[in-house]
Parts: sequence; structure tokens; C-alpha cells
Amino acid sequence: MADLTHLTLAQAQAGLGKGEFSAVELTQAHLKAMESHRDLNAYITEVPELAIERAKEADHNLAHGTAGVLEGLPLAIKDLFCTEGVLTTAASHILDGFTPPYESTVTAKLKEAGAVMVGKTNLDEFAMGSSNETSFYGPAINPWKKKNDPRPLVPGGSSGGSAAAVAAYTCLGATGTDTGGSIRQPASFCGIVGMKPTYGRCSRWGIVAFASSLDQAGPMTRTVRDSAILLSVMAGFDPKDSTSADIEVPDFEAAMTGDVKGLKIGIPAEYRPDNLNEDISKLWDQGIDWLKSAGAEIVDISLPHTKYALPTYYIVAPAEASSNLARYDGIRFGLRVDGESLDDLYSKTRAQGFGEEVKRRIMIGTYALSAGYYDAYYLKAQKVRQLIYQDFVSAFESVDAILTPSTPSPAFAVGAETDPVSMYLNDVFTVPASLAGLPGISVPAGLSGDGLPLGLQLLAKRWDEETLFRVAGVLEEAAAFSAHPFRQGG
Amino acid sequence: MSLDDATVRRIAVLARINVPNEDLAPLAKELSGILDWIEQLQDVDTDVVEPMTGGTDRVLKWREDKVSDGGYAERILANAPEPHEGFFGVPKVVE
Repeated sequence: MADLTHLTLAQAQAGLGKGEFSAVELTQAHLKAMESHRDLNAYITEVPELAIERAKEADHNLAHGTAGVLEGLPLAIKDLFCTEGVLTTAASHILDGFTPPYESTVTAKLKEAGAVMVGKTNLDEFAMGSSNETSFYGPAINPWKKKNDPRPLVPGGSSGGSAAAVAAYTCLGATGTDTGGSIRQPASFCGIVGMKPTYGRCSRWGIVAFASSLDQAGPMTRTVRDSAILLSVMAGFDPKDSTSADIEVPDFEAAMTGDVKGLKIGIPAEYRPDNLNEDISKLWDQGIDWLKSAGAEIVDISLPHTKYALPTYYIVAPAEASSNLARYDGIRFGLRVDGESLDDLYSKTRAQGFGEEVKRRIMIGTYALSAGYYDAYYLKAQKVRQLIYQDFVSAFESVDAILTPSTPSPAFAVGAETDPVSMYLNDVFTVPASLAGLPGISVPAGLSGDGLPLGLQLLAKRWDEETLFRVAGVLEEAAAFSAHPFRQGG
Repeated sequence: MSLDDATVRRIAVLARINVPNEDLAPLAKELSGILDWIEQLQDVDTDVVEPMTGGTDRVLKWREDKVSDGGYAERILANAPEPHEGFFGVPKVVE
């Protein structure tokens, strides 16, 4: 039998439907791959017994005509989603031993559809980072390596474990969350497809909160079609999240018509700074040509406030985080460090439980919200955020989608980036759409001179994921990205 | 925007994060570096701009104000570091 782990999710779905293999066989193949790639540190918790148990149920459902859309398909879940009865850490020391008594809405939907969870994936602590190096459980490693350079590379972040897990064929797809680029940037670094839906498309209930006006769950897969299939299950209104939208979830897979004739694709001038990486600049030009050849019309656009997006994000996100993370106090769950008074217990628990980056962001956020500084920082950032959103609103009056690079560089070596602000710059192309609440997708489109994967990003209007999948499908076909990470098989 | 040690101490107290004295100066430098970079936002004219206060412009749904869940204290206390007779245990707060 061919290697079941190298099937796409859509192929595995079809294979199970035709009885070519069983869900247990499919799951076992992935569990084996997960085990043999432990050096990637992609998973914080593996749940092989639970997976086999669910796979058996899936085989039963498949045999009795009661199969769900994702029946028997092995998926990995970012360890930011609460999973009932399974350790949930957010990659933080402060959540030591936390076993949720409830299931997040998104993972409940996947479970309901028959998916088999193989494990919980590594991430930056509380999803704060762009390299997966802030994890209390150590960095996840990118399955890819540079030509002639054995140094381990970061998988990007914060959904780095999910990206590595998918790229290393240990699961058919994974969930990620994206606050400023945490799905799209690691997808680009690992040569996979990462999709951030419109803010409000997926319920945030049961996902450990980072910045509530930005956080969105989305699928990470090896193909655009797989992404569409997963999102159709993950999306939808949830009364438990008032910001989740009560609008119909379209058939995203059906939106992939393979035809972009007459669509207008915007190319924003501000995404091409003078010092843009040459490989990435070339790949972007190539992407423009591909879409043009497919019949799309290329339109030059301007998003004038782009350069203010990162500093805006680094006020808004830490401010919301400082508030959201106030709940970790050592009283109700997780780590407790004893103190002489209640305040002392809080301060010691939080000092030991949070890592350096998380503390930095909580403190920046606390400062930005504190008396006397609120207007100068937080209110100012909210106003600039409005201007960034309005830039997109104007642009979408003349275009249907926007094409940009996903990241300013390919994956870098573990330990290579130590300055916080330089690390923040990784998200320069993904943060603006996050602030504006737009859907975005990163599609693997080529390799750097060093042999590392590079992604191109597509953005669309709010609630127009259909156009995104339609254009992404065409881009994927034109790029015909078929490279495999070096580690694979070796 | 340069933060002094006293300001960092004040932020740490507000954030309930214990910061040893010897860490104040390096932390002040690091946070000042980030705030200096953020300072560029002051160049943007926002006099007539309405703040964007959330991720969506949809009107959020209201729900009835009623209890819809609960009644399982033992499940919630299962994660508590020091459960005590059906409650969360904390250090003594009243003399």
C-alpha cells in the first residue's frame, strides 16, 4: 500500500469512502510518522490511544453509513484549543497540568464531523511569537533545511508546531490560530497552506485568548482544497462567542472553480520596500504573471498606512493580552507559587509562570492602558487601526483580491533572532489584514535560492473567503509546488 | 520614550508580576526600545478619525441574561492547585 501519510486530506477522505483502507490503518500510519519525527518537537502532547479509539468508531460509522464529513481523518490541534480531558498548555508553564472540563467550539465541530485528533501541537507561549521559540516546551523545528547547512530552522510562529506537523506528514491537516500572522507566517516557512478566515467566521470559544479583537482560528493543510474542506467544518455561528457571525457558511470547496478570468487582483506598492528580499520579490512577480496568464487583471493599488500596522498591532495586541492574561493568578488552575499574601502569591506565580516575551507584552499592554497613557497609546492605536482598515475598504472598491508576499524572509535558524522588534518585523505583511479583520491565505509558491519554501499571500474582503479560495486554487495550480522537506524519509 | 526604573516598577506592580530589583534596568531598556519604535504612530494625523474598537463592524447579538450552564463545582475544582472543602484555597486575607 502506498504511504497513507502522503495523501491529501481530500484523497484520504475519498479513499476511506471507497474502503481502500480503514480509518485505523490511516491513523496508525500517521501515529507512526508522528513518533518518528519527535525530533521536530512539533507536539506537546500525543494522544495515540485516544486516536485509535476514535479511528475505530470512525470505521464503524463509515461501515454503517453514519460517517461525518471528516470521518476518520487524522488531524493535529494547536495546543491553544481547549480539549476536554486532554492537557491544554498554551505552551506556558503557568498552565501546568490544566485539563479542560470542556471542548472548544472549533474542535467540537471537528470531532462531531468525525476527525481523529492525533495530538496537541507546539506553539509560541500564549501564541506570542513568530518562531515558536518562546514555548515553555522548547522550540518546534522546521522539517526543512537549507541546502548545505545542517542548522535547525524555526518553523515560524506562533502555530509553528502545527505547520511542522503538517509539513512532516504526521497529520493530514491541523488547526492554527492567527492574531497577527500566526497561521500564514509558519505556513509560508514550512511550505504549506495556511488560512486565516474573516474575524468572526470561527468561534473563539474555548480557545485560550491572546488578543480578542484579532484572534481567529483557521486550517493549516498541504493543499488549498484541504483548507476549504476543513474551514467549512470549523466555521459557523456560536452563541457562546458574541463576535462570531450569524451568517451562512458557504461551500468553500465549491468556490474553487479554477477560473479567475476577469477578476481584479491588487498589487500594493507599500509591500515592496527597497530592501525586499530578492527571492521573495521575484516570486511575487512570478505570482503576478501566473494570475495574469490565467486571465486576471492586475491593478496597482496603494495602502498608505501599511508602515504603521506593526506599531499599531504592538499596542492593540499587548493591551488586550494584558487584560486577557490577568486570569492567570495561581488561584483556580495551573501553576501556583506560594506567597506571604494574596498579592505576593499572584506576583510570584506570574513571575515564574510566564516567559520573557509574555511578560514583556503584558507590561507594554499594562502601560498602554494605564492612567495618563491610555489616549497617547491605546486610543491612538485604535484610530490608526481604523485608517489601516479604511485603506483596505478603498482598495476593495477597485479590486477583488490582493496579492502580496507572505513573509519578508524564508525561515531562519533557531536562536538567530534575539531582538524583540526585529522578531516583530516577521509579521510585516500579515499584520495589516489582521488589524482589518480580513481573510487571508498563504500558498506555497516557490523556493528560495537556499532551497527553503516561500509563500504568497492573498487577501480578500471581509466574508469573501470564496474569492480567496478561488484565486488561491489557481495560484496553487500555477505554482505546482511539489518540493518536499529534506528531512522527509531521511 | 524612555522608561525609568520607577516606572517599570509601577507597571510591574499593576501587572502583578514580581520583578527583582536587578532586572529593572535591563527591562526598562528593553521596553523603552519597543516604545521608541511605537512612537512613530504620533506622526499620523488622527484628529478626525473614529477609533476602531473591535474586529468586526457587525452588530453583536444579544442574549437573554439567564444562567445556562453550571452546577458542577467538582469538575471546576479538579484543576485547582489547592481546593479546600469545595472552594478555591487562598492565603489568609483577613486577620
